[in-house]
Amino acid sequence: MKLRRLIGFNLLTAVVLGIVGFYVGWRLGHLVKAPSLDYFGDTGQNDIALFVAYFTGVIGFLVGLGFANYPIQRILGKPPSLREKETEGIGRYFGLCTDHKVVGIQYLIGIGAFIFIGGLNAMLIRFELLRPTHLAWNGNNYLTLVSIHGTMMMGMMTSGILGPFANYFVPLMIGARRMAFPRIEALTFWLLMAAGAILMTALAFGGFPTGWTGYAPLSEQSNMGMDAYIAFFALVGVSMALLGLNMLATVITMRAPGLSWGRLPIFVWGTVTTSVLMLLAAPVLISTLFMLALDRTAQTSFFNVQAGGSPYLYENLFWMFGHPEVYVLALPGMGIVLELLPVFARKPLWGYRLAVTGMVGIMLLSFLVWQHHLFVSGINGDLRPFYMLSTELISLPTGFIFVCALGTLWAGRIRLTVPMLFALAWIFNFLVGGLSGVFLSDVPSDVTTHGSFFSMAHFHYTIMGGLIFAFFGAVYFWLPKMTGFELNERLGKVHFWVMFIAFNSTFGPLLVIGFLGMPRRVVTYAGYLQGANDWVSVSAFVLGASMLVFLANLIWSQVFVRTPAASNPWGSKSIEFQLPSPVPVHDFDRIPTFGPDPYPYGGVEEGGGYDGRRPAISPARPTA
Amino acid sequence: MGTKLAVVIAGVLAVAVLIGFYIGLLAGGPTPYRVPTASAGGARSVDLTLETVAAVGSKLSPNKNWVSYLVREHGVWHRSTVWTLPANTLVHVTVYNFDGKSGLRNPFLAQARGVVGGSFAINGKATSSINPDDASHTFAIPSLGVIVPIRGVDDNAPQQCDYAPCPMSNAHETITFTFRTGKAGHYRWQCFVPCAAGFVYGFGGPMQTVGYMDGYVNVV
Amino acid sequence: MWSSRSHGHRIAALTVIGTAIVLPLVVFVLGPNMPPGKGTPVASSQVTDNTVLLVVMTPFTVFILVYLAYALVAFRAAKGEGLIDGPPTRGHFKAQVAWLATTTAAVLFLAIFGTAELLADNGAGGGGGPNPVAKPSGAVLPVQVIGQQWEFTYRYPTYGGVETASLVLPAGREIAFHVTSLDAVHSFWAYELGVKADANPGVDNVAYVRTKKPSTFQIRCAELCGLWHGYMSDTGRVVSPAAFSTWIAARRRQFAPIMKYLPKYASSYAPDPSYRAG
Repeated sequence: MKLRRLIGFNLLTAVVLGIVGFYVGWRLGHLVKAPSLDYFGDTGQNDIALFVAYFTGVIGFLVGLGFANYPIQRILGKPPSLREKETEGIGRYFGLCTDHKVVGIQYLIGIGAFIFIGGLNAMLIRFELLRPTHLAWNGNNYLTLVSIHGTMMMGMMTSGILGPFANYFVPLMIGARRMAFPRIEALTFWLLMAAGAILMTALAFGGFPTGWTGYAPLSEQSNMGMDAYIAFFALVGVSMALLGLNMLATVITMRAPGLSWGRLPIFVWGTVTTSVLMLLAAPVLISTLFMLALDRTAQTSFFNVQAGGSPYLYENLFWMFGHPEVYVLALPGMGIVLELLPVFARKPLWGYRLAVTGMVGIMLLSFLVWQHHLFVSGINGDLRPFYMLSTELISLPTGFIFVCALGTLWAGRIRLTVPMLFALAWIFNFLVGGLSGVFLSDVPSDVTTHGSFFSMAHFHYTIMGGLIFAFFGAVYFWLPKMTGFELNERLGKVHFWVMFIAFNSTFGPLLVIGFLGMPRRVVTYAGYLQGANDWVSVSAFVLGASMLVFLANLIWSQVFVRTPAASNPWGSKSIEFQLPSPVPVHDFDRIPTFGPDPYPYGGVEEGGGYDGRRPAISPARPTA
Repeated sequence: MGTKLAVVIAGVLAVAVLIGFYIGLLAGGPTPYRVPTASAGGARSVDLTLETVAAVGSKLSPNKNWVSYLVREHGVWHRSTVWTLPANTLVHVTVYNFDGKSGLRNPFLAQARGVVGGSFAINGKATSSINPDDASHTFAIPSLGVIVPIRGVDDNAPQQCDYAPCPMSNAHETITFTFRTGKAGHYRWQCFVPCAAGFVYGFGGPMQTVGYMDGYVNVV
Repeated sequence: MWSSRSHGHRIAALTVIGTAIVLPLVVFVLGPNMPPGKGTPVASSQVTDNTVLLVVMTPFTVFILVYLAYALVAFRAAKGEGLIDGPPTRGHFKAQVAWLATTTAAVLFLAIFGTAELLADNGAGGGGGPNPVAKPSGAVLPVQVIGQQWEFTYRYPTYGGVETASLVLPAGREIAFHVTSLDAVHSFWAYELGVKADANPGVDNVAYVRTKKPSTFQIRCAELCGLWHGYMSDTGRVVSPAAFSTWIAARRRQFAPIMKYLPKYASSYAPDPSYRAG
């Protein structure tokens, strides 16, 4: 590795400039003199300096990666251009790369690393809960563990499927060679990485005690670690909004000839509906966090009751983002599962229009349900029946997804490969998650279960049992295509079974424990619940161990064994599997045309697809 | 093959070290202080001598401006808020308060509860409650039902203490009371006065970190 | 292979049998023992509500699980059969309509039933804000629950506004909890009473419950409020009206010294200092 190669716009420069930027901002922040800051003077807590430091640190990081180059060139008069895709070398993965395939793999590794940290936190949380009273972590460190676990997971998993898989495969599935905005695509990834690093710095500033929801007024009381949370989520929000924007622009404008909306693979529909939610919900989060930051620094009083504000404002604004956010987590999982089932049942997707209606229905309804998080908060009583109805109604479009999944299995020729196992497990887990959600949506029942471990188990069933299982299904399905090397199937099956059994063994009892009166985010609990909690903790350790099996598989098969993957190991008729593994830099030799059916299984006339021998059949628009 | 293996092993080791470092960061906390028992006559009793200071100073904490409780062991003041007390014992507590007045958010907490005789002594004078606006801190173990308000030093008293350790010549109030521990158990104690200077609502920083204004009482 | 019709018949039969087995278990075994128990009328109605939810969910759950299990057995590809496709079924109008109709009916029924429970029970024990939609008729005993970091205290406005650190209620009375907070957001959760109401600063959150027999109940904080959120628990008591009168009189005597410093009883408080300066 020549020294010259290390100098340039890459990750190393970015980290250096980021740290430099942080210190410059820190100094600048300390130069700010304000009456409100005298108040903080005697504690050494200077939130303004920290926010400025994070801001300049991120700017330095992005400049170091080279994101400022093109805007500066344009300001200096250079004509607009599409940056050439870097074509080779492992250095592409450590910098600004406009190849959507590289960005997809960057996302996979980057999100994977941060999810690992979040999962480690979960293991430490469950370790503490082995005993009903204090065991290992002090109260404030325990709350920091809980908070970082939730925040990191939520922030990272919002882009957990769109980042790696939509970036890689949506252009291929619509017959494009790139996303609409390749530089923005790379930006969303690096913003997320900067955000993750910022969240970990919370530890240096005393952690933060509010959980991922950051409720004011507690978040206003807290020390500087809270600013790390605010900066993290604001950056995640920006990344989300840009990712959604990019996806929508790509699918709307860059579909190949013949590919009308009704011919899109269901995964692309999942991506589109998720992107709408991201684009509309993320700005609410960013503004809410900005208000919180102002309360903490400029002593405004948005959420401070004694000065005329209201904590309700925070709760409502947060959940106005928070509820679409959880459907950002659910919809991609649905898209993956409905994409996998036709391949491994060898049947078309049953009820394609119904599935699309379901996804769009979920997308629309998700904006109308957020007050179910506030049923016992003292909101106007007239609102509760309305939100109970809207929340229960959202189970209808969700049900459409289920019936389409089941219909796809009907009379199929099911092969239980590892991706299929994960897709089937999604059906089971999301069923439990969805049903527990119906309990929570019912106000009288919610009176006991709100804020308890029942609520926690519900969202772990839907987010982990749903999204993360779908994520692993997608990994086993698509990673060989992305890297060109197979994953070991036996280890994959061990991973699946251990994970599935341990997952249900962990979160099933928690549904019961919550009903028995254990609130969330607590470090102590009633003595008679110790046996149940010990069972849950041990199961959680086994669940963590299953992740290590996956990691071992990943390293073993991708680094050491490296069996070249066939271009279509699953017999899929989807476009991406008609390409070689790994997908070549230029994606397609020529832009493909698409036929009338994205799932041409069952011996029906073959739709187009990338097959040089067979021309398109009845395209909707003329080719070329 | 060899280099790949070496790199992977190095990576795994590096991750393990980082995880260990992470856990070490979180597991840190004040060392518990075991109150020495002394049998005096029939009833067992122990003495717990505490001090509350306005700023703990850089010798005792990286956060030198934070308020804190200190405990005295062999004449030396330690910053430990985890105390081990024997069960079924009378605990005689002496608190030297060097901090000024802040005021209680809930005036109800200015009346002592859970103490022997229902009263405590300020500089020797017995009383059951103070003016809530004069409160500087509280000594409270809510699950044992014990709470005693700690009155603050007057604003214009001479020789106020800057940073701990505070010599006895600095202005202070001496609060003494007795409570009885019951069966063995693990309890938390806290201050109820919003005394964390510089934090909104006065409840951040030292008020929400074990080792300053919060801690544990282990009754064994 | 078996025909589609016989697959359908088998799945339907298994679903019916499965439901016939599970439903009685749900109604007679699980339902009556569901939390939070029958300590008060609102708790009992929550148990009824949970049972109804389970009953409505059971047929759908059994159907989906039976279908999945059946599909994994009957629709499996034979070993080594290669890539043989299944029939190109893309949808089935009647099945989709049937699914839509039954799920819609179930959801609407649950929403209406839940609303009815909510109104019939004066809010089902959940905090309904300062002006709850459904109020009990007749006399109520107001008890204010003050959440603060990190303890609940209680004020009895009809007994001179006395404040206590433990919650004691008379049996057989309609209680109105007025839950508020002095600082962060807490949540007052009286488990066996079936009551939960968030404590928001500056807000009076009202929850109604009628006590039955003398008993004890757990009180927990159900909203993360800082360091000792997990330790913010207590035990409340329901005692006979005579014992309650004795208890409250004793408390008024005990806390007479501090009464002069307490603010006048109000539905919410904005305590001073809200900012703590140096």
